Amino acid sequence: MTLRDFAIKYGFIALLVGLIVFFTLATDGFGSPQAAVFIFQSVAITGVLALGVTATLVVGGFDLSIGSVATTAMMAAAYAMVVLEQNALVAVAICLVIGVVVGLINGFLIVYMRVPDLLATLGMMFLLVGLQRIPTEGRSIATGMTMPDGSTAEGTFSAAFLALGRHRFDFFMPNLIPVSVVVLLVLAVLIWFFLEYTRFGRMMYAVGSNPKAAELAGAPVKAYKIWAYVISGVFASIGGILLAARLGRGDIASGNNLLLDSVAAALIGFAVLGAAKPNAFGTAIGALFVGVLLQGLTMMNAPYYTQDFVKGAVLVVALVFTFALSNRGRA
Amino acid sequence: MADPVFRIADLRKSFGPTQVLGGVSLELHAGEVTVLMGANGAGKSTLVRIVSGVYTRDGGTITLDGQDFAPASPAEAIRAGVVTVHQNINDGVVVALDVATNLTLDRLNGAGAKFLFNPRRVRRQAQEVAARMGLDVDLDAEISDLSLADRQMVAIARAMAHEPKVLILDEPTSSLSSAEANRLFAVVDRLRAHGVAILYISHRMSDIRRLADRIVSLRDGRITGMFETKPLDYEGAVNAMLGQNMHRAQIAARDGDGAVFSVENLSLAAHSRPFSMKLGDGEIVAVTGLVGVGKTAFAETLFGVRRPLGGAMSLRGKPYAPRSTADAIAAGVFLVAKDRAESGIVKDFNLYENMSLPFLDRLSRFGVARRRAERAVAREAIADLGIVCRSEKDDMATLSGGNQQKTMVARWMSQPASLFILDEPFQGVDIAARRDIADKLRASAAGRATLIFVTELDEALETADRILVMSEHTVVGEHRNEDVDIDRLLAEIAGQPMRGAA
Repeated sequence: MTLRDFAIKYGFIALLVGLIVFFTLATDGFGSPQAAVFIFQSVAITGVLALGVTATLVVGGFDLSIGSVATTAMMAAAYAMVVLEQNALVAVAICLVIGVVVGLINGFLIVYMRVPDLLATLGMMFLLVGLQRIPTEGRSIATGMTMPDGSTAEGTFSAAFLALGRHRFDFFMPNLIPVSVVVLLVLAVLIWFFLEYTRFGRMMYAVGSNPKAAELAGAPVKAYKIWAYVISGVFASIGGILLAARLGRGDIASGNNLLLDSVAAALIGFAVLGAAKPNAFGTAIGALFVGVLLQGLTMMNAPYYTQDFVKGAVLVVALVFTFALSNRGRA
Repeated sequence: MADPVFRIADLRKSFGPTQVLGGVSLELHAGEVTVLMGANGAGKSTLVRIVSGVYTRDGGTITLDGQDFAPASPAEAIRAGVVTVHQNINDGVVVALDVATNLTLDRLNGAGAKFLFNPRRVRRQAQEVAARMGLDVDLDAEISDLSLADRQMVAIARAMAHEPKVLILDEPTSSLSSAEANRLFAVVDRLRAHGVAILYISHRMSDIRRLADRIVSLRDGRITGMFETKPLDYEGAVNAMLGQNMHRAQIAARDGDGAVFSVENLSLAAHSRPFSMKLGDGEIVAVTGLVGVGKTAFAETLFGVRRPLGGAMSLRGKPYAPRSTADAIAAGVFLVAKDRAESGIVKDFNLYENMSLPFLDRLSRFGVARRRAERAVAREAIADLGIVCRSEKDDMATLSGGNQQKTMVARWMSQPASLFILDEPFQGVDIAARRDIADKLRASAAGRATLIFVTELDEALETADRILVMSEHTVVGEHRNEDVDIDRLLAEIAGQPMRGAA
């Protein structure tokens, strides 16, 4: 293995380890379990969305609607509980249904209406950003808010739902790991296993790499593509549930950065282990990488407005790793 | 005969170590249609690209009207008077613009072109161009609303506005219907009468019969036949193009047992004659014919990629009508598709992942792929077919063309088939790999019917027990591969009236 091969394969992981060591030495408290959990928590929602979009990248597509699916799910959860006075289970179910339906519509537009993936999901993103504001005439949803017809919304976020955002599991230390981190880890393992080890995941990669060859090998190419968008939609709606539970209200202004952050994590993932292709492990590492970097810089007193610059720089470097250095990007 | 307008002498071109043109000499005369015939990979496209200024030549001379001709770009070739209409019609027109703009497109560039786009001037110029060619297409129409034939007419009309001395038509009828082709022929006749020297590249026999004044056959980068005296020797030209005169391996032709697979009055294209055939157990049948006669359409119909226009198929006595490739595979009908890079290899996958692709469900347990089983299957195939590689985990890109093709064939041989179809299995494959694949097919033929589609006659004669000839989307001849009447076979390929065919 030449130095170059080594750099391509382990460069990004080495960089991540290096960063962790650097921040641990340079700051007080970066190396603590609490700080680690905080990093995981800060990337949990982004990470869940990124894992979903990875599925669409695998079949050679793209999903720009994930951010707005998440915020729509958040608004829907708030609406269900605050205005319709439903319980947590109903709210969660509504969110998941939204994810499935949006995924199916995206898939239908792309596969049967032949709208290019970027354009179809861009359109869906716009549509959802608007749709989520219609029921409340553009206002955020919280208990006691005034409805368009003049009445007051009496419902509240149920305790069970809020627990999704606030409960912490004991793990060696009491009250250490938040639910969102557990959700992230479980979904990451699930999608990783699905893509790497099941025949369905393998066929999705085949569809993304050479759809004609996949079809001639008997794969239902259209169905696989649609499924990928459904996975992406469902993951995004789970992200939305976590967001609603964390905020405890339906905040119209939140979730602005979700799309770009999660797409960045998935694309950074291309560079991890020299994969040069979308992969769940890489996506998770990509999300963590951004989290570690931002947390470390924050603890070193870097101002908040430098964050996007840092993320962008990491993404550009990762893309150079993927496309310029690896042989696969060149082929 | 007068001096040729255009003379190519000893033209050479190589890409890396591969020699594509090995000394081609060709002359074109004013007011004559010279047909250039050649199979895939013979070097036709390379020749066209050199003459039209896309590639530069490695050696040889080209003269136009006695002057040296060495265009550095397509624009220069056109200015010098050598105009090429390329095979892909949509490369010749800009679909987003209207007819008038398309007809005058080349006047929008270069020195002397006006800065402002003046629709009235464009229209006036377009009218001139259209009138000169007798083109009756609405100048205001959008290209996207025109048929392919009309688009091609627009492309040719624009080309002719330069009053070229030499016109090169690269397989111009490959996507036209016969009525549309007749309009093209009328235009070619008109240009011939105007004294243009035309190089017409095609392997459609009906075109060639209709237009050719001379025929030149190209094979493996060399001119292998030149036919100038009328009546033209069409079979001789096909023979020279396919190069059938090589020595060939002897085959002990076998007869199939019973009928594993049969088709009844199958119709592949509108206006094509329906045909029937039977395939027996253990038999290898080759279907041969020129490019574009419907071989791939036939293969894809059998594999469920497309539906027949009429007729019925039956497999092992049961009706067979696959609605998808998955249906076909489930019924035991497998296809090794032609052009492995485009429709076979998944380049992100390594060797064993490529091999297990169609049968991954059979190699999985509860949906989880069993890599150990996949790798065992691949190792077996590597030993069986003699695939040269380091291990079953190799990247496909590291394998030679022959070994890639062996992998594609092995992919489908790991499971028993009832009907095994191979479309151009020897394309881009060296001679040793070709032998290996053919031997393996013959050795494993029992228990299934095997159907191979090949353009090269040698490949059919080397591999098959029986040879069917296709022409115009139907089967026109049948030969047992034993003392084959080569003359009759070539006549059938060339589309002659047949005597007692299937």
